[in-house]
Amino acid sequence: MKWRKLGKVFDPTEHALASRCVEFAQSPQALVLHDRVRVYFSTRERDSSGKYLSHVAYADFTPDMSHLLGVADHTVLPLGGLGCFDEHGIFPINVLRDGSRILAYTTGWNRKVSVSADAAIGLAISVDDGRTFQRYGTGPVMAASLREPFLVADAFVQRIGELFHMWYIYGTGWKSFAGSEPPERIYKIAYATSVDGIDWQRDGRQIIGDRHGLDECQALPTVVELDGAYHMIFCYRQAYGFREDPSRGYRLGYARSTDLRTWQRDDAIAGIDVSDDGWDSQMQCYPHLFVSRGQVYLLYNGNEFGRHGFGLAVLENAYPRAGVL
Amino acid sequence: MFKWKKLGKVFDPKDLAEPTWMHEFAQSPSVVVTDDYVRVFFCSRPAPDADGRYLSYISFIDLDRADLRNVVSVCPKPVMGLGKCGTFDEFGTYPVSVIADDTGLRLYYAVWTRCESVPFNAAIGVALSRDGGQTFERLGDGPVLSYSFDEPFLLGSPRVRRFNDQWQLWYVAGKEWRMTAGKPEPIYKIRMATSNNGIEWTKIGKDLIRNRLGDQECQACPDVLYQDGAYHMFFSYRDIRNYTGREGGYRIGYARSSDLLEWHRDDALVDIVLGDTGWDSEMVNYPHVFELDGATYMLYQGNGMGRTGFGLAVLENESGARSA
Repeated sequence: MKWRKLGKVFDPTEHALASRCVEFAQSPQALVLHDRVRVYFSTRERDSSGKYLSHVAYADFTPDMSHLLGVADHTVLPLGGLGCFDEHGIFPINVLRDGSRILAYTTGWNRKVSVSADAAIGLAISVDDGRTFQRYGTGPVMAASLREPFLVADAFVQRIGELFHMWYIYGTGWKSFAGSEPPERIYKIAYATSVDGIDWQRDGRQIIGDRHGLDECQALPTVVELDGAYHMIFCYRQAYGFREDPSRGYRLGYARSTDLRTWQRDDAIAGIDVSDDGWDSQMQCYPHLFVSRGQVYLLYNGNEFGRHGFGLAVLENAYPRAGVL
Repeated sequence: MFKWKKLGKVFDPKDLAEPTWMHEFAQSPSVVVTDDYVRVFFCSRPAPDADGRYLSYISFIDLDRADLRNVVSVCPKPVMGLGKCGTFDEFGTYPVSVIADDTGLRLYYAVWTRCESVPFNAAIGVALSRDGGQTFERLGDGPVLSYSFDEPFLLGSPRVRRFNDQWQLWYVAGKEWRMTAGKPEPIYKIRMATSNNGIEWTKIGKDLIRNRLGDQECQACPDVLYQDGAYHMFFSYRDIRNYTGREGGYRIGYARSSDLLEWHRDDALVDIVLGDTGWDSEMVNYPHVFELDGATYMLYQGNGMGRTGFGLAVLENESGARSA
C-alpha cells in the first residue's frame, strides 16, 4: 500500500464540543453519507475527581474530505448509568449502515480498583443518520468470556455476505514490569461473526501474529477489500514504556487475508510510518479505513494518542470495487 | 405446604476447637452425595485486611451420611485460589454451586469484582475437580456467564442442576444500582440459562419470579428440586432497604413450575421460621435443597448472611410437594 499523507485535518481545541470536552479527538471512524462523511471520534472531559470521561462526538467533512463542514455540539450518545459497563467512557465507536438504521458498536469503559479499568462492547442504534444513538439495552453485547477474561474492545464491524463480521481485541493479561506501576494491560486482535449483529460467535483466539512477542499490544483493527483480497491495518506497541519512549509507542501494522479468517502479517506493506517531525512523529495509532467517491482513505491519530486531533492519508493507485464498504 | 423442621446449626468455623484458615462465615452451602458422606461446599473467609476488607474462598466439610449433624472432616485449605490480577474473580469466590458429572465435579461460582463508582460487580465462573473436590481448576481466566445487553451487571447466586438431559443454571442478574440512604444499592432478579454441555449457555432472557415487594425487591439463590411431577424453587428475597437485620433481612420464597420456564410464586407454601434466639434468629436464607435416603433436606445460612454459619432442616410432610 502506498499512502499520501494529507496531514492533520481536525484539531479539537479549535471547536466548541459538547460535555465540556476540551482536548482529544481519538479513534476517528467514518460514516459515508450521500452528501458528507461523518467522522466520529472520542473526546474527553475531566470529572470532579480529575479523571477523564470519554464522550462521542463527530465532525462532518465534504465527500472528498477536503473541507470541514461542521462539528457536533450536541450529545450524540450519553454515557451509561451507575455501575454500567460504559459509565466512564465510550471509546471508540464504530458505525455502519444497516438499511435505514445506523449501528454503532461502542467500547464502554468502567473504572476498577486493582487495575485501572475494564471494557466491553455495546450496541447503539440511530434512526437519524447518525446524529443521535439509543442504546440496545443497558449492558454490552460482547463482554468477557472464559478465554477472554477482560478488556473486550475496539470492535470493527462489516456486513459481508450473509454475516456480520467483527474484528476486535481482548485482554490477555495485566502485568507489572520493572519500573512500571501500576500493572499494564496486554491485548490481542480476534474475530467474531453474527447473523443478527447482536449474538456473536467467537473462539477467543488471537488471529494476528506478534512482532514484539507475547507482550505486544495490538489494537483497532480496520479492514478494507481491494483487488479481491482483504487488507487489515491495526496499531501495535510494546506493553510498557510506550508513553515516554517513542520507539516503544504505537505504529501501524498490516495483515492480508482472502477468507476473512486467516491473516498473514507483513507490516512493511502498511506503507505508512511516523513522520520525521510534527503531529505524527512519535506515534501513529487508532487507524480507520474507508472509501468515499472512489478513494480509499486512512484516518488515524498521532502523538499523545490523539490529544491534538486526527489526520488523514489517501491511498495512491487504488481501485476499490464499487459499492464495497 | 412445605413445612420444614429445623435440625439445628451444622457448622460455624468459629465453633471449631482448633483454629483453621477459616476465620468466620460459612455461606451458600451446596452438597455432593457420596456412598459414605455428604460433602458440603460453602464459602468462608480468613480474617479481613487492615482496611476491613475480606477475601472469600471455597471450602467444604463432610457430613456423616447416617447422621447429617455429625461433621466428620473439615477442609484443610481452600479448594481453589483467587483469580489473576485484573480478572473477575481476583477478590473472592462467592456464592458457589457444585454438581457431579462424568468428568468430575463442576463448580459454578460467582465473584467479587471491586469497582470505583459502585462497590462491586459479579459474574459467574466455572471450575473442575478430578479429585473429588479437594482441588478445583478454572476452565478459563474469564467468566462462563457474563454480562449482556439486558443483564448489564451483577450476575450472581448460581445454582446449577441437570434435568431432562440438559443443564440448567438459575442465577440472578442486576437491573439497577439505586441510590438508597446515600449509597448505591443493587436490585437483582432471578433468571435462567440452559446448556447442552455446561459451558456454552443460552440465556432465557426474562425475570422468572414476579415481585412481592415491588420493583425494589432483590431476589437471590434460586434452588430447584423436582418432586411429584413438578419443579419447586426455593429462593431468597428482601427489600432494597434495611436488610441487615431481623426486620428486613432475606426471607425464603417459593415458586412452582411444570416446564422450568413459567413459575408461579406462592411464598405461603413454604413454612420455615426464624429462630427465637441465637444463630438463625435474624435470617434464614440462601436455601439449598436436596434429597437423600428418602428424605428432603434444606441447608440454609443464618444471621449476618452466614456469619454465624449454616444449618439444616428436613421436610416434615413428604406429601408437601403433592399438596403444593
